[in-house]
Amino acid sequence: MCQECGCGLPREVSIHGPASGGMTSPVPQPSHVSERDSASATAAAAPHAHDAADHQHAPRTLDLNRSLLEKNDRLAERNRGYFRAKRLLVLNVLSAPGSGKTTFIQKTAELLAGQCRLGVIVGDLATDNDANRLRAAGLPVVQITTGTVCHLDAEMVARAANQLELDSLDLLIIENVGNLVCPAAYDLGEDLRVVLLSVTEGEDKPLKYPPLFHSANVAIVTKADLATVTGWNRDLALANLRRVSHHAAVFELSARSGDGMQAWRRFLLQARDALTAGQR
Amino acid sequence: MHELSLIQDALRVATESARRAGADRVLGLRLRVGMMSGVVPEALQFAFELVCRGTLAEGATLEIESVPMVCWCGTCEAEFVCEDYLNECPRCHGLSGDLRRGRELEVASVKVA
Repeated sequence: MCQECGCGLPREVSIHGPASGGMTSPVPQPSHVSERDSASATAAAAPHAHDAADHQHAPRTLDLNRSLLEKNDRLAERNRGYFRAKRLLVLNVLSAPGSGKTTFIQKTAELLAGQCRLGVIVGDLATDNDANRLRAAGLPVVQITTGTVCHLDAEMVARAANQLELDSLDLLIIENVGNLVCPAAYDLGEDLRVVLLSVTEGEDKPLKYPPLFHSANVAIVTKADLATVTGWNRDLALANLRRVSHHAAVFELSARSGDGMQAWRRFLLQARDALTAGQR
Repeated sequence: MHELSLIQDALRVATESARRAGADRVLGLRLRVGMMSGVVPEALQFAFELVCRGTLAEGATLEIESVPMVCWCGTCEAEFVCEDYLNECPRCHGLSGDLRRGRELEVASVKVA
């Protein structure tokens, strides 16, 4: 998939904090880029000296059993511990591009006004349009512009979170890059993975992208106000969703009309209370 | 998935391990790739040749061991293999979200000389 989107090619990730007003801060390259460089460096290094004439190496197999996501998983656990210590409920919101993540987050913030203090980290390949929309709604927002990387990783989130005043927040929402493939593998240290499916996308989306839908703690059908226009087969969609994400809490709502949003608000407040109660 | 960056990581793990073991060359790499990892094996193969050029692993072979998706059925108290990504137990037809294997993305072993 990333052959198309070019992910993995060296490009700078930039993070725009709430205080910087959209200024680009100098940021090191994403971790896997520097790892690539270190791999080349390793390879380019001179071979070790052979001082004995009879020195020879017989082929042998080294058992490694090393996870390639080990580093991200470790950083994600560190994030999780840090967020827990700050008594923050953290959501990782994932969907295809255009499912309505930004509007959903904006409306969630409006519903929670006065009850829950919300901060947002937004990931996109380019532009800070989403961050500007959310800032206009009065939220503290950090934009991660990934360049060509098609997912957020735990390290980017750690750096972005440093630009938010976490002590003044109860809830942190991470809006991942719009993509149903790559973000599935990357734990960010969230408490809940929230996957959106809009009624404009087709009822079989969960069957087409099982790794991501399977990993969801919460599955949300969005744009429910358009269901009639799009000929949305609700029963089929919910049946598909329950097959792949059947352990997830399912909500059907329209962020624009507000239908179904109260049930989501109650769920979030309960999750937040459960988290803070567990720490007392 | 970002197969190129993943294979770069795998190569780094392989070359570092080879050097630690006092070897000069990486002859082959064995990866374990789960069916639910989201990774395309063909894309890994394609990227592998590319990243190995000019390294200790130039000309090395890449073997991919595919790991099926395996879930645990609480009703039957047994594991079952999901061939179709759906989580239905073939015995009781109950659904399970308890994934036991299938997300692996690991360097299993490396052959060095």
